[in-house]
Parts: sequence; structure tokens; C-alpha cells
Amino acid sequence: MDEQTGNLWRDVRHDIAHNPSAMAGFILMLLLVMFCVTGKYVWPVDPAALDLTQISQPPHLGLKTLVIYPHDTQKITAPDNIHSLQLAEPAHTEAVKLVWPINDARSFALYRHTLPPSGLQDLGLPLGILSPTTSSLTLGYVDQLLLENRRYFYSLVSLDNNGKPLGYQTLAVDVAHATPAENLRDIKNIAQTPVYELPAHPFGTDKLGRDLLARLIEGGRTSLFIGFVAPLLYVLFGSLYGAMAGYRGGRIDTAMMAFADFVIALPFLLFVILLRIAFGLGAGDSGIHALLFALLLLSWPNSARLVRAQVLQLRNMAYVDAARLQGASSFYIVWRHMLPNVLPSILVTLSFAVPAAIFTEAFLSFIGLGVVPPASSWGSMCNEGLSTLLTHPHELLFPAAFISLTVLSFNLFGDGLRDALDVQTREARQ
Amino acid sequence: MPFQAWAVNHALDTDTHTVQLALSTEPPNLNSLTSTDSVSFFVLLHTQEGLLSYGDNDTLVGGVAESWQMDGTQVSFTLRDNARWSDGKPVTAQDFLFAWRTALDRATASNYAFILYPIKNAEKVHRGELPPTALGVYADDDRHLRIELEQPTAYFLSLTTFATYYPLREDFYRKQQGRYAADADKLLYNGAFILSQWTHGASLVMEKNPQYWNAANTKLNSIRIPHITNDANTLFNLFQSSEIAFTELSRETLPQALQQRLYIQSFLNGMLNYMEFNFREESPLRNHALREAISLVIDRQSLVNKVIAAPGTRPTAHFFPAWLPGLAPTANAIPAPDIGRAITALHTAEKELGMQVPPLTLLIYDTPSAVRQAEYLQRVLQQTLGIQLIIDKQIFKQKLAKLNSGDFDLALSAWGPDYNDPMTFADLLVSSNANNHGRYRNEKYDNLVMQAATLPPGAARTDTFAAMQTIIQQDIAVLPLTEPGIIYVQNRQLQNVKRSRFGGDPDFRHAYIDGQHVP
Amino acid sequence: MLNYTLKRMATGLITIWFIASATFLAMHMVPGDPLADDKAVPPEIRAALLEYYGLDQPLSVQYLRFFNNMLHGDFGLSFTQKNRAVNDIIRAHFPVSAMLGCVALLFAAGGAMVWGAFAARFHRRWPDYLVMAIVVASISVPGFVFAALAQIAVLHINQRFGTQFPLAGWGTLQQMLLPALVLGLGTMAYMTRLMRSSMLDVQQAQYIRTARAKGLSPARIFWVHKLRNAVLPVLSTLGPAIAAITTGGFVVETVFAIPGLGRYFVQAVQQLDYTVIMGTTVFYGSFLVLMVLVVDLLYALVDPRIRLQDDR
Repeated sequence: MDEQTGNLWRDVRHDIAHNPSAMAGFILMLLLVMFCVTGKYVWPVDPAALDLTQISQPPHLGLKTLVIYPHDTQKITAPDNIHSLQLAEPAHTEAVKLVWPINDARSFALYRHTLPPSGLQDLGLPLGILSPTTSSLTLGYVDQLLLENRRYFYSLVSLDNNGKPLGYQTLAVDVAHATPAENLRDIKNIAQTPVYELPAHPFGTDKLGRDLLARLIEGGRTSLFIGFVAPLLYVLFGSLYGAMAGYRGGRIDTAMMAFADFVIALPFLLFVILLRIAFGLGAGDSGIHALLFALLLLSWPNSARLVRAQVLQLRNMAYVDAARLQGASSFYIVWRHMLPNVLPSILVTLSFAVPAAIFTEAFLSFIGLGVVPPASSWGSMCNEGLSTLLTHPHELLFPAAFISLTVLSFNLFGDGLRDALDVQTREARQ
Repeated sequence: MPFQAWAVNHALDTDTHTVQLALSTEPPNLNSLTSTDSVSFFVLLHTQEGLLSYGDNDTLVGGVAESWQMDGTQVSFTLRDNARWSDGKPVTAQDFLFAWRTALDRATASNYAFILYPIKNAEKVHRGELPPTALGVYADDDRHLRIELEQPTAYFLSLTTFATYYPLREDFYRKQQGRYAADADKLLYNGAFILSQWTHGASLVMEKNPQYWNAANTKLNSIRIPHITNDANTLFNLFQSSEIAFTELSRETLPQALQQRLYIQSFLNGMLNYMEFNFREESPLRNHALREAISLVIDRQSLVNKVIAAPGTRPTAHFFPAWLPGLAPTANAIPAPDIGRAITALHTAEKELGMQVPPLTLLIYDTPSAVRQAEYLQRVLQQTLGIQLIIDKQIFKQKLAKLNSGDFDLALSAWGPDYNDPMTFADLLVSSNANNHGRYRNEKYDNLVMQAATLPPGAARTDTFAAMQTIIQQDIAVLPLTEPGIIYVQNRQLQNVKRSRFGGDPDFRHAYIDGQHVP
Repeated sequence: MLNYTLKRMATGLITIWFIASATFLAMHMVPGDPLADDKAVPPEIRAALLEYYGLDQPLSVQYLRFFNNMLHGDFGLSFTQKNRAVNDIIRAHFPVSAMLGCVALLFAAGGAMVWGAFAARFHRRWPDYLVMAIVVASISVPGFVFAALAQIAVLHINQRFGTQFPLAGWGTLQQMLLPALVLGLGTMAYMTRLMRSSMLDVQQAQYIRTARAKGLSPARIFWVHKLRNAVLPVLSTLGPAIAAITTGGFVVETVFAIPGLGRYFVQAVQQLDYTVIMGTTVFYGSFLVLMVLVVDLLYALVDPRIRLQDDR
């Protein structure tokens, strides 16, 4: 590296070190990369482990749960002397067992609400219509549908022959969190511990009860992989292409840049989508490679233009001529003299390309063309969390926050880098 | 005040008897001869009418026909003399004859042409082996339609409610020069409503058809559809701000619907969700023990209650949904998973195959629910049997292409009924049926289906379906998983909206607005 | 100038040819079966459909046909919307996207000028930091997250205050506001930054000092000298911004149930509707080429250096 560019680098570094927002961006960048790379050693939870007893659980640092035995869950044994809708046994999140006496009603409609019902048209979610089949004096129903650790209001409507309601009764049920003993096989003496504290989920769980923190670490690797690798590939390719065109000049340059202009003219998002489905996905394919390839095909021309312009400028500089006269090869000249000068602006391009690639991946997830499970990404997690925004906001907010932080850090850093370069190049010119 | 009320209600207008709704997509094809999708069927149910129609509890009631008779292979209909097209001309027997012949013309490329096959010579006419005039349909005069069937077909009357059986008037159809049904003014209506406005992709308006014979019983003056979107959250938000009077809920929007004390109803939409196995040469799933092992580890209760967790959906072990008429009542006991037996079966399978079970591909659509189910199954098979499941998530047409070419080991599929008879399901697993993507083949089963097709309703037919059910269960031909349910919210002032398992759904033809009701 | 214009137009035409060919190529690489349906399509009907859409022809014939039709401005019939011409679809839905884009752009440009000037006025004081923080935050949130949050925010306002701001749909000006705001936000943030630095540059400029020395009123200096000069570089980004906003409408159109071409395209992709995908892509591509051409020509009119450089 010659002295001039060496100075440029030193000054840029100096400027960035004294720019607080650029430094903040840089540190944040490092933290995020560390989170994804070393996260799984610090938080060694299996991101693919399902826990159907903790679906969409908000963040907690340890949840008290009742240990129960699976053979209990389906069967109902009605207690004697039932006069109204009542529980057959204590209710928990694995099963709420209801029993009621059969009076003169032909059938019953059972409802579940989260608020106290206020009338026949406000009984909540219909669970089913049940008709007495045998000569038994009671009827029962086991509710297992996505029970949460809270109070529910069950209402039983008696129906006549025509399905007209005769009246209803409501039962308030407090449901405790429970876990089948078989899920806790690793715990010794489980029989002696009816109540057990489940391990923490500091970021909550997702719709299949998977630990969100572990998934964020896992998904972040995909997002950052796409975010880094795609820009690296296309900036590298674009730079080589641009350097080649600029160095050769003449007709080759014109033709090469005309082609680059064609590619720039392709509507970006439409073609990303088109290429993503055009590459098709085999079984087990995560879709990451198709996306990388699509981004590479579409995004290289901008860096090609940038590098070409710089190379054109440098081509006629005295020291390049001198090197050429000394018999240096073209490759050597480009590598030794031109690249170091172009590198800073390539870096700026890169730092803005990373968030753009991450956004593109998130966008594709939104329209259902994101990565294929078991692979996950922050974008696909956002898309999954979007639907439960109001009831379980943690499923959207955490992945969205990680995307935002990443984009933010790269933007801050990129801004700082660009400003520093502007200042340095301006000074150099003066 | 028990319910939250807002200043103005766009969703319903008590004075003008107008209801506002949303559709999930633009109706792709309102030509009743060729439409195949539920949104088009929904619109057509309101704007067109066949010979018969479904009344309460899936009973058949007169549509254009006021009376009908079926005797073996002879069916005759007498049409109402006040059944009219929206331009005032009467609906005649000729209009049915024209529609059916056109549907069977190969140039029409009607996907549902097969639904006309019970009619004598229909299949041959469709194949071009016989001229259209050979079709066993006779318009004796304007008001009398006679149909000869290929063989006694118990469910033929229920077929006449289907869109492909709707009448079509030749002069109008020809005048459109191939653009029939492309716009609102390129359609002729004989149903309770006419499509008065159709802004493609944006909105539709259906207005009461004054020419309709039963217009006196049509209470709504207009059905406005100002929104077209399939985003469940947007739809629910629209309902909450009283812009629409009716929408379906998802597991995600249900908690809010409860908190808002909305009026929630549920409905089994009649479909079956099941797992298909690939029976083609060299597929490891030809092995019965392997299919058995897989079927033994799947916990349908967890699948329904925790993974799909769409309220209203039920687990099922039966191929024939229980609502179908003419089935023997049996308890649909949901088998609990049996890991021990599954592992034994797996060992048998590995011995018979002479190898470890290779990684299996599970082909699914790209819906969130399908993805969740696949991720669950992946984990379960891995943990219990050590079988690696590879998820192959594809968009609609790409999944169909893979299903049709047999490029899968396992697939999550769904089947919906076309008419009110178990045959609409039984047909699916016949070895020659193209929808039998796994190419399951059992001659005994094929014969049973052929028998059931001609049997009159009764004990013999019921037994035949029971025998089919037994074969499916023994062979593990497919693995029935769930009967999907729908939960939906409806404005409390809106009354008498009917849900239907076939053809168009939901049915607003007899809906009305009860202004007295507290909103 | 005429020479330059002709040259640019020729390049534009070749570019459109390239876009069309690339689209055709990509489209025919797509695996899957556009004619497949939920219920199996019998082979004889399939054959009839293949013939109807011309898919039974060899690829070269299909390409020539596609091109010939394109030259006549005809993109064929849709696969999913039976009986509907792709042209009709574009004609019905593009104006919606364009309208939405225009309103969004108006928001973006207007907002950017106000906020940029405001931030520059209070350079390195808290209003400046506040505006810049909002700017940075708004380009850091994925569009679909922001759109969903905005819709829910409005819903809550409606429920709390009994107002009736529409949440979705298309047709009235009211319905346009929220989606346009969401759509324009990214561009507004970008332009605000530009406007701010441009204002700061102008403030240092010689002529401002001169104007001040001449004793012009601060208001006049601000409106006539500063703002007018600072706005120019911002306006120069309008061309690319139009492109970003018109194609960026996918998300907003989906969330707000707007019948625009972007949403239509996404649906067509899910359905593998060949003709709609090709027609839309070629149309959008040509539109963008046209926009760039117009912007460049206007530039050349204003700035003769460009012409000279190119003629050399």
C-alpha cells in the first residue's frame, strides 16, 4: 500500500474513532455478531425443542408448574351427585374436565369465554354440541384447546328438540399451569415433586413452545449470513467487473457497462420474487442459496459502476503510469494501486448493502417466500409473530428489534465511514 | 352497556337492508361452467340458481324446478313458470340443455365436466366419442326437463345444485363472444341477486334481483363487498371497526374477539385433512409396517389442540367425515399414540426393507398452519422413531405439480366434498383417480366403490362404505388427521346466515337484518 | 440535444427488450404447473388449456409470439382470472398503485423539506437530534411491521375516541392517508437526511453570507436563498424515489387491502399466473425505464454539461 492511501486509512480510522454515533454503530455491530456466533454457547438451549405445554408463553425466569401424569388426560370419572356444571377434577392447562347432569334437554352446547358472559349471545367460543348417547346420567367434556394459565368461564346451554336454547349456566374455572411428567423425564424423584419450576425463557416462547432466545440466536445466524454473504458476493463481483471495465476502457468498457445498465433497469423486488420461485426449492432446501443467488444476480451493477468510475480516475494518475512503464502486470496494478484507493468506497457500499439484504429477506418472508423450516431467520420470525401482535407481542417485538438494531448499527457505521471519507477526500484534493 | 358500540355502523344498514362483507380474493371465474374455486362459488350461489338448492339441514328444496321425480335411471323436472332471467325472459329447459352440452364440449375445458358423468352418454360426449345430441337430456317443452342416467345414481339430485349444472342462455352466451362472465354486464342472472357492480380486484355489489321468482323472500336489498383481502388481521380489524358484518377468525384473532365480546360461531366445513403416502415403485412407504409406525406416533389430540389450535377443528381417525348421510354411526375414537408398538413396527419395516429408513420428504403448502404441523411432525418422528423428516414447503402450483408427479414421500393434503354423499370422498382413493396422488391401489376397494355407485340408499350401501373404511384403516391408505373447523364472528343484528359444506358458502340468500336487536 | 434524446430513447428500447427477455427466461425456469388445480385436471382438458394459452408450442415460438404480442401492447389472458386480459388487469390496478405512490411521494417530499430544514435550523441542538433519531428509527423498522403497527394504532384510536378512520380499502381520500404515510416514510427519512445536510451546506455558502451582508431580512434569506437552493439536490432524487415507492407498494397494498398492481403481482406469483407475472414485470420495467429517461432528459435540459459529456 503506498503512502498516500496508508494515510487515508489512518485518517478515516481516526475520524470514526472520534465520531460517537459511528462508534456506537460499530460496537453494536460487534455485539450482534457476537450474539449470533457465541450465543449458543452461552445459552445452550435447543432452538428446535418443542414444548407444547408452553405455547406462546410470555418471557419468564422460571414458571411454577403442576406435574401431572398423561394417563389422566382423556378419561373422565364423574363424581357422585352432580347437580350442575362442575369440574371432574382440578383444572390445569393440559385438560379441563367438565361434567354435568342430563336433565330434560335433548342436547347441550358448551362454550368457553375469557370474560364473564353477559347473555346468550355472549358465551364466547363454542366448543361443541353434545348429545347424550347412553343411559348414563351425566355427560362430560375434556377441553384441551390451547389452555392458558388463567381464569375461564365455561357456559353450558341446554337445547330442546329443535336446537332452541332453554337456558344456560356458567362455571368460572381457574386453570393452573401443568406439565406431563413424561416431559420432565430428566428430573429425578418426580413423584415427590408435584410442583416443579420450569427453566427460564427470558424472551418467551413461540407458537410451538420453542425458546425464543435460542431461536433468535439461530435465526440471527441466517439473517446475518444473508446480510453479510450476499453483499460480499455481489460487491466483490461488481468490483471486479467494474475494475475490469474501467481498466480496459474503450469498446469493452462501453459494452460491459451497457450490460450493467440493463441489469440495473430490472425492477428489483419483482425480480427477486421471480428468481426466488424460478430457482425452485428441492426438498430440505432452506431457500437461503436461492436468495443469495437472486441477490447476486440483481445487485452487482451498482458497485461495478462505482469501482469503474474510480478506476477510470486513477488510470491516468502518474504513479499508475509509472508502474505500467516498469512493466507491472495489469492485475498487479489493479490489485496494488487501484484497489486500496477504491476500497473505502466499497466498504461504504457494503455497510449499506447489509441492512438492505436483511430487509429483502424479511420482505420475502412476509410474502411467504422466506427460508424454509427448520431454518429460521429474524424475518420469518417477525412474520410468524405478526399475527399475534396484540395477544403475544413478544413474538414480534424481539425479532423486529433485532432487525432494527442490526439495520441501525450498519447505518450509523456506514454514515460515519462515508462522512470520514468525504472529509478525507476533500482534504486530499485541497 | 354490555357491548361496545360505535357511532355509525357501516357493516349493516337497517333502513336500506344492506350488508357489507369482504372477500378473500377477487372471484377468479364467474362462468358457472368452468369455475372451480370457493370464492366464485360464493358469488354464483347468490346470483344463479340450479334446478334444486339446499335448504335447512342440507335438505334439497326446489330451485328453478318446482317439482321433480326420480325413478331408477329416469329423472324428470318441472320448472317454475315464474323462474326468470334478470332480463325478464323465462328460464327454460333448453337453458339447462345448452349449459350441460357446453360444459361437456372439450373446447370449454371445464374442470368439473366429470360431475355431469352420471347423465347417460355424458362421458362419451365429453371424450368426443358421441355427438352432443346423444346426451341423455331431453327438453320436452319449455317447462319440462327429462334426464336419463347412465345407471341408478342415488345422489344425482344433490348434484343438480352444483354450479356446473346451472342453466345458461344460449343467445346471451353467444353474444358475449367468448367473454361471458368477464364483467358484471357480461353475465345473465337467475338467482336471488344480480351483480350490479364489479370493480375488478377492488369491490363488488350484489343487488336484489326483482325478477327472481322468490324475490318476496329475499330480505336483503344489497350485499356490498368493498374489501378484498385475505389478511386475517386486516379482516378482523375491519370487523372491529364495523366496516364488515361477517368474518372468519383465526387462532390469533380469537382472544381479541373474546375480549371484545363479539358473537362467535363455529362450523365444520365438511373437509378432511389427511396425510398422503407415496405408494409408487421404490418408495419406502409402500411398506405397510413403516406406514403403521408413522401412524402410531402421531398424537392427533396434540396436533389439533396445540399445534393447529384452530378452534372448531376436530381430530379424526375416519376417512369419511361423520356428517355425511348414509353412514353407519360409529364412535370416532381417537387412538392415543403408542410408541412401543410403533418401534416394533419400525423394526419390522427395516427388516422388510432391508435397510434403515431413509430421510422422508413431507410435502406441504406454505401456509403458517401447515408449516407448524410439519415442524411438529418433524420433531415427533425424529424423537420417537429416529426418522428424519425433510420439509418440502412449496407455493400452491408448485406443490400441486410435485403431488401430481409423485415427487414426495408424505404430503399434507385436504379434500372437500362436491356433493352430499359419501361417494364424493370414496372416489378419491380409487386407483384410477388422479387426485389419489400417492397411487394407492386396492382392487377390493375399487370394486366396493363401483358397487356403492349404483346401490340405492339403504343398509347395503351403508355396509359398503363401512367396508371401505375398514380397508382404508387396515391398509393405512391415507392417514386421516383432522376435520377442519371454522370459527367466525357475525354482527348480532345480522340473522339467518347459513353455512354450507358444498358449493357456495356462506349463504346470505335468506339473511335479514334485525333492527330491533341490540347491536 | 436531439441527438442525445434519440440515443437515450434507443437505449431505453433495448433495455425494455432486455427486461422482457429476462422475464421470459426466468418465467420459463419456474418449476410447477400453472394449470394444476386443487382437484386434478383431466388430461384432455389440460391439453385444451395448453392450446388455449399457447403453451403447447416450442419455447422459441412462444418467445416470438410473446414478443410479437408485446409489440402490439398485448400481454395475453390471465391464467387465474379466466377471461380477463392482462392489459385490463394492469389498466385497473396500476392507477391505484400510481396514485398511492404519488400521495406517498408528496408526503415524503413535503415532510422531508419541513423536517430537514427544521433539523438544520437547530443544528446540533436537541430538535436536530430528535429529528435524526426519528429518521434513523423509521428506516430501521421493516415495512410490514410498521404497517401492521400503524393499522392497529388507528384501530385503537377509533375505538377509544369513536372516530371512524378507515383501516383498509380503497376509494376515498381518507383511506389513502394512512397507507401513503406508511409507504412514504422510508423515502421521507432518506430525503430528510439529504435536505438537512443540503441546508447545512447552503448555510455555509458564500452567497448567503453576501445576502446577509447586504442586509436582507432573515425571512427572505431563508425562503428565497436557503430553501430554494437546498431543495434542488433533494429534488434530484425524486426519480429513483418514484421507482422505490411504486414497487415498494407490495407490503402496504397487502396490509391495507389496496387493489394495487403490487399486491396483484404477489398473488399472481403464488398462483404461477405466467401471463400476469410477465405482463406486470415488463410493464413495471418499462415504466421505470421511462421515468429514468424523463428525469435524465430534464436534467440534460437544465445542465448542459451532461449533454456535452455524453456527446464526447
